[in-house]
Amino acid sequence: MIVELGHFALVLALAVAIWQTVVPLYGAHRNVQSWMASGTTAALLQLALVAMAFAALLNAYLTSDFSVMNVANNSHSLKPLIYKISGVWGNHEGSMLLWLLILALFGASVAAFGGHLPQSLKARVLSVQGSISVAFLLFVLLASNPFLRLADPPVEGAGLNPILQDPALAFHPPFLYAGYVGLSISFSFAVAALLEGKVDAAWARWVRPWTLLSWSMLTIGITMGSWWAYYELGWGGFWFWDPVENASFMPWLVATALLHSAIVVEKRGALKIWTILLAILAFSLSLLGTFIVRSGILTSVHAFAVDPARGLFILIILGVFVGGSLTLFAVRAPGLKTGALFAPVSREGGLVMNNILLCSACAAVLIGTLYPLALESVTGEKISVGPPFFNYTFGPMMLPLLLLMPLGPILTWKRAEPKGLVQKLWLVAILACAVGLAVMVATQRGPWLAPFGIALGAWAVFGSIREMALRTGVGNVSWSTVWARFKGLPRSSYGTTLAHGGMGLLIMGVIILSVWKEERILTMKQDDRLEIAGYTITYLGEQALKGANFDGLSGKFRVEQGDREIANVLSEKRFFRPGNTPTTEVGLVQGMMGDVYIVMGDESSPGLRSVRITYNPMASWIWLGAAIMFFGGLLSLTDRRLRIGVPKRAAVPVLQAAE
Amino acid sequence: MTRKQTRLTIILAALAAASVAVGLILFAIRDTIVFFYTPSEIAEKSIKPGTRVRLGGLVEKGSISKLGGTKTQFVVTDTEVTLKVVFDGQLPDLFREGQGVVAEGSPGADGIFVADSVLAKHDEKYMPKDVADKLKEKGVWQEGKGATP
Repeated sequence: MIVELGHFALVLALAVAIWQTVVPLYGAHRNVQSWMASGTTAALLQLALVAMAFAALLNAYLTSDFSVMNVANNSHSLKPLIYKISGVWGNHEGSMLLWLLILALFGASVAAFGGHLPQSLKARVLSVQGSISVAFLLFVLLASNPFLRLADPPVEGAGLNPILQDPALAFHPPFLYAGYVGLSISFSFAVAALLEGKVDAAWARWVRPWTLLSWSMLTIGITMGSWWAYYELGWGGFWFWDPVENASFMPWLVATALLHSAIVVEKRGALKIWTILLAILAFSLSLLGTFIVRSGILTSVHAFAVDPARGLFILIILGVFVGGSLTLFAVRAPGLKTGALFAPVSREGGLVMNNILLCSACAAVLIGTLYPLALESVTGEKISVGPPFFNYTFGPMMLPLLLLMPLGPILTWKRAEPKGLVQKLWLVAILACAVGLAVMVATQRGPWLAPFGIALGAWAVFGSIREMALRTGVGNVSWSTVWARFKGLPRSSYGTTLAHGGMGLLIMGVIILSVWKEERILTMKQDDRLEIAGYTITYLGEQALKGANFDGLSGKFRVEQGDREIANVLSEKRFFRPGNTPTTEVGLVQGMMGDVYIVMGDESSPGLRSVRITYNPMASWIWLGAAIMFFGGLLSLTDRRLRIGVPKRAAVPVLQAAE
Repeated sequence: MTRKQTRLTIILAALAAASVAVGLILFAIRDTIVFFYTPSEIAEKSIKPGTRVRLGGLVEKGSISKLGGTKTQFVVTDTEVTLKVVFDGQLPDLFREGQGVVAEGSPGADGIFVADSVLAKHDEKYMPKDVADKLKEKGVWQEGKGATP
């Protein structure tokens, strides 16, 4: 019964979404207040209905109602509670419902917190948002309905893929979707602005918090996915340039560009057209990501759907929204007033370079991701584009970006003096070179580019500290004044420092891990020892393992550094019921300077086990850097200037500086 | 600086970045892509020893043997042609007889394929799509039923 109510709520939500698309838009066109205002009600109502539908499905999972096909295929009564909950979105239909829920949540947030927006703009934003809901509600109802019943319900469910039964992964999809779908707000604002024919500083200020929120969510969502791949898949890597990873990374790259170009629109009124285009592209890439992941054109742990009709449906949605918005852009963009002038060496110029580099990098990732698909559909030949492609293309484009990163926040608007930059950054440059040289001397092996990359990472970290020091006047004023200034800074400037510094740490972690990772694959019997990177690892034997829904085997290892015992760690192989699906639980000893990573393999002969032991130097820096970037984003979001609800569009500039 | 000059500078910078990107992409595509073949195709196309390829197929039943240490030998089949593979390293969790597998490496001069990475898909309900497609072409794979060797 509850399931049918959920289904019905979803149908009602479709009706409401159609209203939300049509009426406010027409109201804005005709300037009818009440019609425009109905968009707000519709958005809130839609959230209530979609939430009801979601709650109904959640309830079916919690009560293990196997008469619902979706539950029967993806859940199991023995599963721990948290995975019954995460099981809701651990499958195609449920994950699309989560997508819808987050979409409705964002739409309702604009409706609820957008009281200060001009009425016509708000109506148009909600209308565009409504149209996205219509498309995805139709998709869920027609092609991917989670509420279908089974005529002949099984006694027990088929279970959730065991490698998805993991805390980090339980929350990876909601965060990632919040990022994907959050970009729909920037998209709706861009399309609404094109419809209105007006883009100004206030517009940029309204778009920025939403972009910032999506960017933060994407950052943490991607990080969680990568962290999960690192310790759960047991392959020893953190990023595989898998098409599915790329699908989430491309929107991140463009969202990063958008975040920066919106600053220029807000502060200087320039780059308006470009920013609109970026907002459209960012969401288009989110849709493309949804298509790649959900259409079944790829098989991976993410690709639940193997139904070609679904792929076609999403492709149509993709075509309509991308094609429609770009057409509107082509028609309307030339009419937008262009903004202020600036010299090539200026804050604006720096941000333009940031955008150019991020977009080129994104294009390289896009080509690497789509080329195999295109080639296969044209010639039928199958190829794989692996990490080397991305290392050759993406890597070199990140180098100038990192080089420019500390310069950006220090450059002055409109025109900057190169001489001033040298004055402000010479110490940072020397420190970064010193780090690079130290690395070169300390490590005799590895490519020459590695110390250079590490120096760039250090350049970014020290540069972000230097920028904070400049803002607070370290060295020029007393420490108490510095502290007072530091406290008085807008939160967004802490955000910049943290995000840029975090990026530097992440880059250093990535380079050090990729270049100086040590791996041994060997067979071990009880009490065998291995020396690796200054650690001594002793195999203490294995024992059988029994869990709530799995059996398994756990090997015990002692990890020592010198004479000091660091940890006793278990590395496990689990076989999940039903189906006896094997998974690996990595034996992981984490440290700031490096991780010891132990994976059990097969028994090659009785008592002799194949073991892979890896030393991953500075792996923690990757997650630490990414987490710092995430917190930087959140901190920026709490900036008074951006807090949703504060900015107002200035009707007439009251005061103007004397020319 | 006039508006035109500003725009020109931006366009030139964008063009420079784009051409570097295109250059890198063309260079990388030529050198880094790996073709995907079944054992039959490797035989037909007489792939030169040492060429990096991905080999996909089913692990033949009863063909897995340990060569001592961490070396494993197995046979990949598309039900027509079989190819012997040696791999030194740790096999993935889902590697097993009768299941789909993708091995990356190169054929050796002795006709044995030397793999340096072996993938078996996460979800055992699916075999690698690449393999399934090829096997479907050969008619040994039916949608929803798996392989019927």
